[in-house]
Amino acid sequence: MESFSLILAIVVVTALAFDFTNGFHDTANAMATTISTGALKPKVAVAMSAALNLVGAFLSVEVANTISKGLVDENGIRPEVIFAALTGAILWNLLTWLVGLPSSSSHALMGGLVGATVASAGFGAVHGDMLVTKVLLPAVAAPIVAGLAAMLATRFSYGIGGKADGEATRKGYRAGQIASAGLVSLAHGTNDAQKTMGIITLALVAGGAIAPGSNPPTWVILSAGLAIALGTYIGGWRIIRTMGKGLTDLEPRQGFAAQTSAATAILASSHLGFSLSTTHVVSGSVMGAGLGRKGGVVRWSTATRMFIAWALTLPAAALVGAGAESVTDLGDWGTAVVAVFLVGASATIWKISRREVVDHTNVVADTAEPAGVVTTAIAAVTPPPAGTVAEDLSATIPAPAVTAATATDPAPAAPPAAAV
Amino acid sequence: MKIDWAALGSVFGVSLAFTVGLVALFTLGVNGLSRREKAAAQGGSAALAVTGAYVCFAACAAAVAYGIYLIVAKP
Repeated sequence: MESFSLILAIVVVTALAFDFTNGFHDTANAMATTISTGALKPKVAVAMSAALNLVGAFLSVEVANTISKGLVDENGIRPEVIFAALTGAILWNLLTWLVGLPSSSSHALMGGLVGATVASAGFGAVHGDMLVTKVLLPAVAAPIVAGLAAMLATRFSYGIGGKADGEATRKGYRAGQIASAGLVSLAHGTNDAQKTMGIITLALVAGGAIAPGSNPPTWVILSAGLAIALGTYIGGWRIIRTMGKGLTDLEPRQGFAAQTSAATAILASSHLGFSLSTTHVVSGSVMGAGLGRKGGVVRWSTATRMFIAWALTLPAAALVGAGAESVTDLGDWGTAVVAVFLVGASATIWKISRREVVDHTNVVADTAEPAGVVTTAIAAVTPPPAGTVAEDLSATIPAPAVTAATATDPAPAAPPAAAV
Repeated sequence: MKIDWAALGSVFGVSLAFTVGLVALFTLGVNGLSRREKAAAQGGSAALAVTGAYVCFAACAAAVAYGIYLIVAKP
């Protein structure tokens, strides 16, 4: 580590920050349904997920190696490009967290990389078909695969399970849900913590601190694992709320089916070489489980906003990445400007988020439950709850209970179209 | 552009089969246990149902172990 330049240090710190937001953002994937069905207390759930993420980070370095070896030309990439890419990814992660929408951290990272590469080396440096096969197609396929599996499993389970409703049933599904959520956490740790390790290793190689083709050094593995675990433990409660309560209402049995389908799809996809994003898989399986129960509802307005966020992830992160790269190109002071901008923007987002705090105390509170327009129409028989006093914005929006998400991003007041 | 339909198809098939199979097994197991609960409440026992339940759970545990194996031994 003799030639450990300043820019390299900045890149490493930024990569760890991204890793933190990644864990923070993706806690919902593993634990949202577990928390919303009450299988685990919120704090216990995130602690367990954090521990498993940490374990997962140490299990193998295969994913890290595919990122740092071969995917990008190690000679052509400069630390500044990586820094710009990470800036785009972090900001997008924070922004989607602010509005409480689950979106793929990997897509944000890829978007940032694509944008920064284009700004640095032109459009020729990006492989268009790689983008389609590795990013766009999986994003469409993941929710369909996991959703269908979860829906059929839920339907089947209710079919053969009848109305079993005792202590044994409750305990049983609770245990099952915890087990499958643990698997998702573990898989997430091996995949996502390693993405960061790969990025840091790539930066170290690019900056000449270690030889090309090396495995990630131990301190990289350790710090990446810790960063993602810390992020997971702090928990992106806003996204957990959307995923666990916003999309649909889940009974323990549905939560189990959703989580099992997610774990299976994630493992099958990474094993069979068709990588699916954890976020997309879990969102799909949650919706599928919602549809699988008789009388189950998916709040399509929330789902639609989520799909829009998915579609925007890559271009938005790319745009920020490209902008950041053009500024860092201006010289060292440009890099400093980007760094200051990144810190400032993150602080601003954090500040805005404090206007309406979502944490482990109110993550499953019913008063905070987002009620979509569709759902409201269905529940029109029952008188709507009194408007939440805390939110002055609720006056402008017809839905009775306005969430943080709808408050910052007013949902289109579309007529109730699809209610399944 | 080459889309790996075969990989996508197998991911789809495997996910579907495994999910439905596992959830079904687990549901059967839970049903067995809940039958014991009912039988115990009436003073009887449901040995067959309970045995079946544990077989189901064992199969689920095996599937989880296989999942962990897949995570650890990444190809």
